[in-house]
Amino acid sequence: MLLRHTNPEITERQALSVNPAKTCQPIGAMYAALGVRNCFPHSHGSQGCCAYHRSTLTRHYKEPVMAGTSSFTEGASVFGGGANLTQAIQNIFALYEPEVIAVHTTCLSETIGDDVPSFVHQATEKGFVPAGKRVIHANTPSYVGSHVTGFANMTKALVDYFAKKSGTPNGKVNVVPGFVEPADMAEIKRLSAAVGADVILFPDTSGVLNAPLTGHHRMFPEGGVTTAQLASTGDSLATLALGYEASKPAAEALDSKCKVPSRILDLPIGLLATDRFIDALRQVAGVEVPDAVTVERGQLIDVIADMEQYLHGKKVALSGDPDQLVALTEFCVTLGMIPVHVVTGTPGKAFERRIEEIVSETGHSVNVKAGGDMYYFHQLIKNERVDLIIGNTYCKYIARDEDIPLIRHGFPLMDRIGHILFPTVGYRGAMRLVEKMLDAILDRKDRDSPEESFELVM
Amino acid sequence: MFKKTQKPPTPEEVRDYLVDKFPTKIARKRAKQIVVNSCEDDGSVPEILSNTRTTPGVITQRGCSYAGCKGVILGPVRDILTITHGPIGCGFYSWLTRRNQTLPDSPESPNYMTYALSTDMQESDIVFGGEKKLKEAVREAYGLFQPKAIAICSTCPVGLIGDDVHAVARDMKAELGINVFAFSCEGYKGVSQSAGHHIANNGIFAHVVGTKEEGVPGKFRINMLGEYNIGGDAFEIERLLKACGITLVASFSGNADYDQFASAHTADLNCIMCHRSINYVAEMMETKYGIPWIKVNFIGAEASAKSLRKIAQYFDDPDLKALVEKVIASEMPEVERVAADIAARTTGKTAMLFVGGSRAHHYQELFKEIGMKTLAAGYEFGHRDDYEGRVVLPSLKPDADSRNIEELDVHPDPEKFSPRKSDEEIKKLIAEGLSLHDYEGMMKDMEENTLTIDDISHHETEKLIELWRPDVFCAGIKEKYVVQKSGVPLKQLHSYDYGGPYAGFKGAINFYRDIDRMTSTRIWRHIKAPWQVNPEITAEFAAA
Repeated sequence: MLLRHTNPEITERQALSVNPAKTCQPIGAMYAALGVRNCFPHSHGSQGCCAYHRSTLTRHYKEPVMAGTSSFTEGASVFGGGANLTQAIQNIFALYEPEVIAVHTTCLSETIGDDVPSFVHQATEKGFVPAGKRVIHANTPSYVGSHVTGFANMTKALVDYFAKKSGTPNGKVNVVPGFVEPADMAEIKRLSAAVGADVILFPDTSGVLNAPLTGHHRMFPEGGVTTAQLASTGDSLATLALGYEASKPAAEALDSKCKVPSRILDLPIGLLATDRFIDALRQVAGVEVPDAVTVERGQLIDVIADMEQYLHGKKVALSGDPDQLVALTEFCVTLGMIPVHVVTGTPGKAFERRIEEIVSETGHSVNVKAGGDMYYFHQLIKNERVDLIIGNTYCKYIARDEDIPLIRHGFPLMDRIGHILFPTVGYRGAMRLVEKMLDAILDRKDRDSPEESFELVM
Repeated sequence: MFKKTQKPPTPEEVRDYLVDKFPTKIARKRAKQIVVNSCEDDGSVPEILSNTRTTPGVITQRGCSYAGCKGVILGPVRDILTITHGPIGCGFYSWLTRRNQTLPDSPESPNYMTYALSTDMQESDIVFGGEKKLKEAVREAYGLFQPKAIAICSTCPVGLIGDDVHAVARDMKAELGINVFAFSCEGYKGVSQSAGHHIANNGIFAHVVGTKEEGVPGKFRINMLGEYNIGGDAFEIERLLKACGITLVASFSGNADYDQFASAHTADLNCIMCHRSINYVAEMMETKYGIPWIKVNFIGAEASAKSLRKIAQYFDDPDLKALVEKVIASEMPEVERVAADIAARTTGKTAMLFVGGSRAHHYQELFKEIGMKTLAAGYEFGHRDDYEGRVVLPSLKPDADSRNIEELDVHPDPEKFSPRKSDEEIKKLIAEGLSLHDYEGMMKDMEENTLTIDDISHHETEKLIELWRPDVFCAGIKEKYVVQKSGVPLKQLHSYDYGGPYAGFKGAINFYRDIDRMTSTRIWRHIKAPWQVNPEITAEFAAA
């Protein structure tokens, strides 16, 4: 029992977080910045933050994650990090030659009140920013929100710094994909193209954090949204923001800056959320959904209809990021499952109401908590057992102790591969999710069946 | 750029090429941190600039003081409940990420390794101060776990807003009646994680060591310092010590518990594995309690044998010496058999090692044993004595960053000080060749015309690979996929890529096998597709 000290008796805690179900803003900002081509993320603070973020992202993606740090020492913490940032800007442009440096702050630089835009302004005045290059920034204090908030803030910064309204419509649809895997971003682009919609996806880590091995390391791989595309987002027909927490701020900024109308949708995970995404895309792009996409949908319906008996009534506990959990919970309900515990570390009351609303359709109540932790999540499971856990790598301790099957989903996943290559969004992604759930539940059934009822065929 | 037709670049040329792209001032500094290894006639080695600030914007391997304190030193201790006081990130990232394997005495024994505790500071805590919340968090933590000790680690904003974590610890110690102590290990302290090691060690020394009268009984009683049990290394070392009849009183801090620290002062010898992370603890324990220390190395079969013999020589007991020889004789044949088999494939191959404290030095032993040469090596957070040996210690001058790390004023303990060996015995042991209180550093062990590089940057890593293309590169997770994208396999020497143990004799065999696999794995031959290797079109089928 690796979590042997977890007591099933739930007591309210005011001050202590045990086994967090979230992490801090800068890592989300770093991830978002990596989704811009030729962009170098830079962490303005002490170097441990950058090391931790690069390590965690590297362990999750199993790919190079390049980023700089202002390397604050005690002096910089007292006198401000202006000199450090100026020096960093010079060195980064000299050594790595990016097109953009995307600076995000840390709790250190936020607490001392460093004014990044004015540092950048001074560096530009001194000629340290080469012509045609840009230094952008997002404020990402770690004591506000979570890694999802950081992703949202950097994504919004892309709008603030790049989006322009030239007056000539480009006929495109902006899609803000949210905090999803590179494979998901690629799948959203594939589905959009299949529908016939011309989209600008930002940020876009596909091709960056699932790049091929070629025998040559590229600091800036082929993938990512270009700055020209980002500029063009101001001329688009509309913006579809996928995920309230991760994508809404960028969409709203674009609306107020360039008057691009926006619709906030759920992440297209599962049948219904994908339906809503495709339908919205169809409407804003003015296209008709081709048969090929409807066929994919039909295949998903077919799989669910065939396999529903193994999933129906199964209890599931979910932990992860709010946007992910909303769509996943809805999909579980679609499959006839009962989400009984849903915990996210990211704060936000709207999330709790939304989950309650989704689960109410099952006729069961749900233990939902925003701003919770995994200790609490584990306590809930101890109090009411489930058939399946869906969550990140850290859930493996709970799964082992309680002997409950686990599907790894979310961030971070440090002990398996696949998530950067095989999407879970869209109809195909939903089919993969169903496959994973069935494997977990049926493997367990095979393991637990007595010999006389160990079945070969379905 | 060097062309393939030219002679291979000399180390001096390589150094110039590595720093070529840096702005002038940085290049000048970096050149002092890249040294061509050569031993002078008097045995001295060139001076290397190290333990200096990382250059902002230059991609570094380094982490921070908090990582060194919470992650490295406190991380492997199973029954000290550690609370990270700060926003959630730091606590999250240091949660189980250093492969801190531990084996509690029984299934009921406390083990908090799988728990990450944090005050998860919010904006209001930053504005109004977090002391009240920290106190409440300590109470709640005690309520949930009832540990015998609670440690508090500070993060960057805690130092800035001035939360007095030590006062909170004192108050909570009085309130709860257990040992509560705090570490001012804010990330910005010092220039690397090395500062955090120092802060952690000082805290453990000041608050825990010497608080328990009795240690485990035994005839030959030692502490193992600077062994963190990655991949089960400490388990293997413990197996060997036990086989030799040597009693491990305390391990700092792999597979360790609180009582071990508390009784560490009862041991009769301190053995230092990772010199950088802990040498000062050995010094302080000698001053305060009279325990001498030796440098050991259990990475490499020969090194392990040598270290066991050193311990036996110190205790100067014929039975112990005989048992140590018996253990070595029983372990070595299998090691030699595997090494000979593997050396047939690895001899002449090359390695580069850029990792934390002493590993970049120690692992060269393992490579030597299978005929491989280390072309370049360096530390992520080393100081000059780690490279050049302790002879340079008197000449080191503290700078502003190292002055921020508290130095404890240590004196002989009025009750517990007792010299384990008389001055005469010490002199005799040294005369007989036992190197007490000494570490010669990494550079003396490296071949001529190889490079020692302190705090290597990403840019230099890429250039070094391009010029000297090694058969295996050793570094950490942040470097792993960068290097592998270039077609060179990377062995993680912090986490061992979830392999190991690599310590001791059985560990050596594990390492030989892993390196054999990595340097002969087929996939690297297939990086180019057939049509990339032979792009010309033959038109054979088109014509048909």
